[in-house]
Amino acid sequence: MQLTGKDICFRYKTKSPWILKDVSLSIESGERVGVVGPSGYGKSTLARILSGYEKPVSGEVKLDGKDLPGKGYCPVQLIYQHPELSVNPRLKMGDILHEAWTPDKELLDRMGIEKKWFTRWPTELSGGELQRFCIARVLAPQTRFLICDEITTMLDAITQAQIWHLLLEECEKRNLGMMIITHNKSLAERVCTRVIELPELNNVERADV
Amino acid sequence: MELLNIKELLVAFSMYKKGFRKYELEVIHQLSLNVNSGEIVAVVGSSGSGKSILAEAVLGLLPKNSHMHGEITYKGQKVDKKSIRKYMGTDIAYIPQSIDHLDPIMKVGKQVMGVHGSKERQRKLFKQYGLPEDTEKKYPFQCSGGMARRVLVTSALMGKPDLIIADEPTPGLDLKMALEALKDFRELADAGTGILLITHDIDLALGVADRIAVFYAGSVLEVAPVEDFVKHKDRLRHPYSQALINALPQNNFEPIRGTQPYAGDLFSGCLFAPRCHMRDDKCACDVPMMDVRGGKVRCVHAADG
Amino acid sequence: MHKYHKKSRILNKRVALLITMIIAAVYLVGIFIWGCCIGEDSYAVNFGNKFLPPSAEHWFGTDNLGRDMFFRSIKGLSLSMVIGVISVAISSVIAIVMGILSAVFGGWVDKVVNWAVDLCMGLPHLVLLILISFMLGKGVFGITIAAAVTHWPSMTRMIRQEVLQVRNSQYVQAAYKMGRSRWQVAIKHIIPHILPVYFIGVTLLFPHCIMHESAVTFLGFGLPREMPAIGVILAEAMTHIVTGKWWLAVFPGIMLLIAVIFFDLIGEGLKNLLNPHTGNE
Repeated sequence: MQLTGKDICFRYKTKSPWILKDVSLSIESGERVGVVGPSGYGKSTLARILSGYEKPVSGEVKLDGKDLPGKGYCPVQLIYQHPELSVNPRLKMGDILHEAWTPDKELLDRMGIEKKWFTRWPTELSGGELQRFCIARVLAPQTRFLICDEITTMLDAITQAQIWHLLLEECEKRNLGMMIITHNKSLAERVCTRVIELPELNNVERADV
Repeated sequence: MELLNIKELLVAFSMYKKGFRKYELEVIHQLSLNVNSGEIVAVVGSSGSGKSILAEAVLGLLPKNSHMHGEITYKGQKVDKKSIRKYMGTDIAYIPQSIDHLDPIMKVGKQVMGVHGSKERQRKLFKQYGLPEDTEKKYPFQCSGGMARRVLVTSALMGKPDLIIADEPTPGLDLKMALEALKDFRELADAGTGILLITHDIDLALGVADRIAVFYAGSVLEVAPVEDFVKHKDRLRHPYSQALINALPQNNFEPIRGTQPYAGDLFSGCLFAPRCHMRDDKCACDVPMMDVRGGKVRCVHAADG
Repeated sequence: MHKYHKKSRILNKRVALLITMIIAAVYLVGIFIWGCCIGEDSYAVNFGNKFLPPSAEHWFGTDNLGRDMFFRSIKGLSLSMVIGVISVAISSVIAIVMGILSAVFGGWVDKVVNWAVDLCMGLPHLVLLILISFMLGKGVFGITIAAAVTHWPSMTRMIRQEVLQVRNSQYVQAAYKMGRSRWQVAIKHIIPHILPVYFIGVTLLFPHCIMHESAVTFLGFGLPREMPAIGVILAEAMTHIVTGKWWLAVFPGIMLLIAVIFFDLIGEGLKNLLNPHTGNE
């Protein structure tokens, strides 16, 4: 399968400055594309557009030539930078994990998720543990592509390595495609099969902030 | 000269669990650390592990439902919540994590000047930090994020402080830009200022600090010169520091098992013991901070390795 | 080492708060039920007992017609509460419908709702109440409807804000992408987020409604003079207070004040207990 973005332009309101201009890229199944670049170059916006959270002002996002589905489980899933913001604080971890599907025990073991965490509230887990839940809940069988937006930036180096090891193993096994957004070049070199510098791809002229 | 010395600091919050039972949550414990003039000490730990609480504890900014034990001295004088105030803004400067710490309805020029500052110094600092001249007449919301951060830094430097406590001064910047932004810190330190830099970004700490304090589960496990983390990794004293460095993508990218214990269920003895390959019975005892190979470490096995 | 760890005390601020809330609730519910049970003979006219000061027999004294002021006050307050319950129920339904509509549909719906809120908040509250009550022929019907249609704006704003916030949260957006329908998201994420806000809003609306009802009645545009309402009692007391019959105004006034304060206390207490972010006092 192939996830493509073609000539994507984006800005929030007409007349506000462009964030992305004529960005085109494509990701094949089994490929891990790193997108690196300094902050403020629209990395996160690109992630939100490719996973269907935001519609580009012009240009298109296609999955094997078709639009992303508007309803139902989206085969392109986004994993956020701040796991504590992407879970409902009023739900227990078990409910959060089973939002879309029920992972089997084997997957949970591979993810390092313990059953006893299911009855805890999100505030009672560390960022690394929460992020594992956020990853497991989007690894439903329908998932084809994962967009990872700085998913380990806020974690310590050991947890970062743990999470990437299990994520890479899972993706290789299921031939998932990934877009990995990070500002850490050594991390991108470690986990990606191909690295793109977003400033080279993005045709926005910007006054240096 | 020793500027700041923190001895066996403990910070606990009283919290409510579900319902009506109140309990004490220990966020920082057994934390010892010192900062000398002319050096940058980086405290490195994962986000949400309570590093910011450390800065707030030193500066007496903790919320009401907390209590603190241990001793903090500044230039040899014991300080507490009240007596630290007389140093604030002149001797000690604080660069907070969030730009929300700027007063939204005061022009930034006036804020940076504060109580003790002068117009000339403010202009000089703005120029030095590349802030356009008209910035002083702007309100915080009119500044971009990057500008607001620089405004925070200039306001910290207003009083020519001897000690700067900076809590994540470069959030969201990639390593190159962050190092660039901290170049001035290096210059300040070379001119004699002591800097306590609190960050989750270990690469940043490796790039700018003289000494690194490894923060784990509310305590500092090891304080060592930065060379030990970069060049002489075998000199590292604590198995956690070794594992941390080994897990970096530019090194072996190899994780160890387990997770940091949650502040709500701590146990006695070494908090790293359950994940440690050198664990034995001695680890369950109270572990003191020891001097080993020119650094400080809290591990009973540090001397034999 | 961890000697400050998990030391729990039984009587902490939360428990104290809960106890005061229970006391307040007992007071309010007690008066409400008692007032409903009191028959007219408890405060019947008795010219033999005119203007008696407070005593063991007549706790709050008697008025110019010899009616027992204690039972009249209870009855009056309970009547105010009935009017309060009905008008709050109506207003809160208006608020929740308008708030959710404006947050969900946005665009011109949002504009219209905001405009209506601003309009209603911009006009002097009491004047609006008097006008509506007067137009609807005063009495229980007039004042109830008047209170109902003037108390929704602040709550509408609150609910709109909460819905917007939860709809834009990452976890709700992620739930949509994980294939949850609007309906499922509403039940699992949005309603549990709105409900506490709604309950708190309702409790805090009560004192407003009761105060306004009394004020309008006091001015003669609300309940009729023959009903034992607090507003009526206070208005009557005004003519006698100059002759030193202080008890006619003081006791009913204090009863009203306590009721209002207790409602406020319950509302604020709920706010504290239900908000997950106030876990540390």
